[in-house]
Amino acid sequence: MSKPLLSVRDLAVEFHIATGIWRRPNVLRAVDGVSFDLDRGETLGVVGESGCGKSTLARAILGLVPLARGSVTLDDRPVVFGKDSRWWRRDVQVIFQDPLASLNPRMTVGQIIAEPLETLMPELSRREMTRQVADMMDRVGLSPGQVNRYPHEFSGGQCQRIGIARALVSRPRVVLCDEPVSALDVSIQAQIVNLLTDLQQEMGLAMLFIAHDLAVVRHISHRVMVMYLGRAAEMADADTLYRQPLHPYTRALMAAVPVPDPGRRQVEGEIVKGDVPSPLAPPSGCSFRTRCPLAAQRCADIRPELRQMGVTDVACHYAEAPESAGTASQGR
Amino acid sequence: MALLEVQDLRVDFETQDGRLPAVRGVSFALEEGESLGIVGESGSGKSQTVLALMGLLADNGVVSGRATFRGEDLLQLRAREMNRIRGEKISMIFQDPMTSLNPYLTVARQMTEVLTFHKGLSNRDARTEAVRMLDAVHIPDAGNRIDRYPHEFSGGMRQRVMIAMSLLCRPQVLIADEPTTALDVTVQAQILRLLDEVRREFRTAVVLITHDLGVVAGVCERVIVLYGGRVMESGSLHHIFRESRHPYTRGLLASVPRLDQERGGRLQGIPGSPPSLRQPPKGCPFEARCGNRMDRCGQAPPPLEARETGHDVACYADLGA
Repeated sequence: MSKPLLSVRDLAVEFHIATGIWRRPNVLRAVDGVSFDLDRGETLGVVGESGCGKSTLARAILGLVPLARGSVTLDDRPVVFGKDSRWWRRDVQVIFQDPLASLNPRMTVGQIIAEPLETLMPELSRREMTRQVADMMDRVGLSPGQVNRYPHEFSGGQCQRIGIARALVSRPRVVLCDEPVSALDVSIQAQIVNLLTDLQQEMGLAMLFIAHDLAVVRHISHRVMVMYLGRAAEMADADTLYRQPLHPYTRALMAAVPVPDPGRRQVEGEIVKGDVPSPLAPPSGCSFRTRCPLAAQRCADIRPELRQMGVTDVACHYAEAPESAGTASQGR
Repeated sequence: MALLEVQDLRVDFETQDGRLPAVRGVSFALEEGESLGIVGESGSGKSQTVLALMGLLADNGVVSGRATFRGEDLLQLRAREMNRIRGEKISMIFQDPMTSLNPYLTVARQMTEVLTFHKGLSNRDARTEAVRMLDAVHIPDAGNRIDRYPHEFSGGMRQRVMIAMSLLCRPQVLIADEPTTALDVTVQAQILRLLDEVRREFRTAVVLITHDLGVVAGVCERVIVLYGGRVMESGSLHHIFRESRHPYTRGLLASVPRLDQERGGRLQGIPGSPPSLRQPPKGCPFEARCGNRMDRCGQAPPPLEARETGHDVACYADLGA
């Protein structure tokens, strides 16, 4: 087996929330021991509801929030944020959700896209930079003639193209996409999803694709990780996960997705009760047990770790083997 | 006669850049107890259409056309008359329940106010009724929860409170503007089911505004597709999802990734982007992005015409079903 490109081991991020001057701060475990590998040319989708830690995971890999524990390595080289991380910036880039908010309104498109080159590859000549910016704009479907325009002159979809160009211009090996299409209208969303798929193939990128939309994630991902309250609930290749979800939470998520087909009105199906618990006071044991149809005493006592069942990794004491499982969501 | 009949509704906004047309002649009818979906992308005019009906347009908004609710034209009513209808006969819920609820007042206070104003109930009766309504939308422990403040509820529970509040006067129409967009998918499923339940139980007609075709397919009976401030197509769920005859509706459906579709296939999408309000197209608003475009499409917008009973299409091209 070849070595993975990006390797994340037991990653954890904690936030300390002040509750008052005299009291000890509460600890919010936003990400609590997540591990995964990512290969060249591979897309790992990360899905989950708000508060599950999917965005914090990306920010931790970027070094934007400090790690409480765990390690991140690229090609076996561990990154130490703050000291020697310029190489990391060059190899690991990010695309954000809100295309307009993540672009500096006072910079022209040309300046925005050139900025990573200026900071990460200062050895390049001006001419070379200009050439690479124009080339990147062309690749993402922007006309190089728009290089002197400002972000507000562009639509949401075009702004996201600018964001993609900025992320890819330094030729990174890994791109983290944090909800890159959630703010876009559906007809534009399709354009951007197609663009990302094309660019990934052309440039051999490894992609972490974070989204709450399960259908988009299925469309773009080779493998998928489902997160709930800071932990991985289930991970498998996309087809297996969507055909035979093993974790009760994964099944609940899939059953809840509205299907644009009047023949399959989900109003009639089984839906999970309640809300996601506060991450400040997660339930003991399995964090999904308060909403889980399978929950038993054991789930409150012992936290289930990821275990392998077939080709799936699942963190549930009572997940059943694929033969008898998955009927609830089959064919969705 | 329809419960609510909207004819040639237009909404313009007076701005420094001139007059911007947001809604450009929308007509539809809502029957009693029916659930109607209004679908469109941002800028299609779906929200402004209902805000105009409710008399809630921004100050620079100008409305014209007719909107007859039980024989009365809502657009001609004075502010005081509108206040009676709004909340009592027609009520509305919004995308973000936190910004629609008053953070300084308990839920009890906000709910009883509606009943004392519209129904003249005593505080005590109003409270009893409010608790009953919170029970109806499945808020656990409603009798105690009612004395809490909005921030003490989760997002899904807040939307339940909003729905309960909007139903207090047993309105005949409930307008829901993207009621689940801010919610997580498992909570969205709960709220959609609740809306369906209250429609049956209280016989309230529901107008659901959304950008999500999946949501529409789940809870609506009839659908209107808006684009660039105009109706592109309207019909039953079957007409729109199975026998659409409009290139925009078809493009929209092809853009949505499906949960049951495997990786690899390309999403069709729609090339280009929606028209600018500053230079509204003279003809069909979808012309610039349309694969079936003809010369006449750019000259005048195609009229909305019935292709079969209950299925109206605004397109010169005669796409087969």
